[in-house]
Amino acid sequence: MTDLTRLTADEIARGLSAREFTSAEVTQANLDRIAAVDGDIHAFLHVDADGALATARDIDDRRGKGEQLSYLAGVPIAVKDVLATEGLPTTCGSKILEGWIPPYDATVTAKIKAAGLPILGKTNMDEFAMGSSTEHSAYGPTRNPWDRTRIPGGSGGGSAAAVAAFEAPLAVGTDTGGSIRQPGALTGTVGVKPTYGGISRYGLVAMASSLDQAGPVTRTVLDAALLHELIAGHDPMDSTSIPEPVPAVVAAARRADVKGLKIGIVTELGGDGFQPGVRARFDDAVELLTSAGAEVVEVSIPSLKYALGAYYLVMPSEASSNLAKFDAMRYGVRVPPAGVDDPSAEQVMSSSRDAGFGDEVKRRIILGTYALSSGYYDAYYGSAQKVRTILARDFAAAFADVDVLVSPTSPTTAYPLGEKLDDPLAMYLGDVATIPANLVGIPGLSLPVGLADEDDLPVGLQFLAPQKADDRLYNAAAALERLLEEKWGGTLLAKAPQLEEVR
Amino acid sequence: MSEPDKGISRDDVVHLAGLARIDLSEAELEHLASELPAILDYVASVQEAAGDDVPAMSHPVPVDNVFREDVVRPSLSPEAALAGAPASDQQRFLVPKILGES
Repeated sequence: MTDLTRLTADEIARGLSAREFTSAEVTQANLDRIAAVDGDIHAFLHVDADGALATARDIDDRRGKGEQLSYLAGVPIAVKDVLATEGLPTTCGSKILEGWIPPYDATVTAKIKAAGLPILGKTNMDEFAMGSSTEHSAYGPTRNPWDRTRIPGGSGGGSAAAVAAFEAPLAVGTDTGGSIRQPGALTGTVGVKPTYGGISRYGLVAMASSLDQAGPVTRTVLDAALLHELIAGHDPMDSTSIPEPVPAVVAAARRADVKGLKIGIVTELGGDGFQPGVRARFDDAVELLTSAGAEVVEVSIPSLKYALGAYYLVMPSEASSNLAKFDAMRYGVRVPPAGVDDPSAEQVMSSSRDAGFGDEVKRRIILGTYALSSGYYDAYYGSAQKVRTILARDFAAAFADVDVLVSPTSPTTAYPLGEKLDDPLAMYLGDVATIPANLVGIPGLSLPVGLADEDDLPVGLQFLAPQKADDRLYNAAAALERLLEEKWGGTLLAKAPQLEEVR
Repeated sequence: MSEPDKGISRDDVVHLAGLARIDLSEAELEHLASELPAILDYVASVQEAAGDDVPAMSHPVPVDNVFREDVVRPSLSPEAALAGAPASDQQRFLVPKILGES
């Protein structure tokens, strides 16, 4: 019998509607795989076997009665632990929310539940999505399925590793500066950050409200489009939600034709600082696109040199403000200060925040508090906001000449656990290619394009498109995916080492 | 605090930790004071990027106030709203004293 965990979401959806297998069987196969490999990978913070199987059986039952169901009904999914899930723990990878069970669903969660996708569990992440390696999780790091001594990327390392290790066919991630795309690149999976406002942020525990965006984490471009279509759309509960129809992403993924497409290589996002194997696979992929009829030109966006600086001001500023709500009064852990009789609310607040937050979160709160301080606001936060304006203008000018832009997703492949843990600036520099999309609100997609020669680890190529033109990403990426798989004679993940299964 | 171009001192970090309501340990204060200057030095480059004529962008999409009809609709029950509270009493959040004196 087919190993159900190896199927794509699209294959599962078709198999379910053709009654080749049941959702309960697929869900159980994924739960068994989680039980067998996740002790090592640690992609999940919480597994909800009973809940997932109950949903699966309900969908099987309804399908049996001939009910009209959503296309992805019965396809299991993993959800990043930053999205509120009623009845399931939501910790954001932080001790301060240990044991918290939200009394409501995020809009993304509600859409997944309404469509009947069994939720396998909640995935690991850097605390409050702050980090690029998942090592900042208060519950221990996730390991890269390609090499368990290495990081899976972050902050959504759990979602990416779960999909790469065949523990789930689909996952939801969130991306504030690359937290979907960079783990996608480092684990050989597909990750999409949609246009800002394309997917509701209601119930997404905010890090930086003007940058955060949820999106799909999958093994194929078509699966990402199917999930994108399911979770996207206008939501009155999010004032930044775009009140327009969702771009036709599934149709675009099925079209997969780059003939005549104008593609711009971003000069500033390559070259120095990018690992040779990353550059080589990127160049190969661009050559394939050219051979398929795309017109490739080079595009310079000089203001990109200010993007990382602007990001590491805007993000901590907004984070320091958003995380003020963790005050130990209404939810979250309350840790009174030691040796103080009858402490005040302020003392309890300060000691709880010290005990509940990890190093990276404290670092960013202090940095953000500094940048927003009276007398410093204009020099830091104000200047960073101006950089966003300049960047947006420069990207608009670039997109006047080309349909999509491309760059490597990450300057390096997956690095060893611990390597950059004590050098925050070095870790921040790894976000150079992904953060511009968040600053200007455009969509980005990372596609696996091969293995670096020097370390046999996955490399990702990033497509960028103008706001609300997410469909262009799916068209171009699906075309490149097909060309690459023809060349490889299969998927990239088929080359990943077999994980030892514990039964 | 020190000038924006002079970096950040340990005393600054003490002050900021107070503003942020985080009871940092001595070791944490030392650590942050030693690593924040390099980060601030890096991000300070944004100050040279734009002149006064460039408007600030707070959100990448236009943001307008969003209103809905002023009608009653279902919301969390008091029990659900209080379910995650560290302490509650009579359908209210129970908090420590808010004034410094006992």
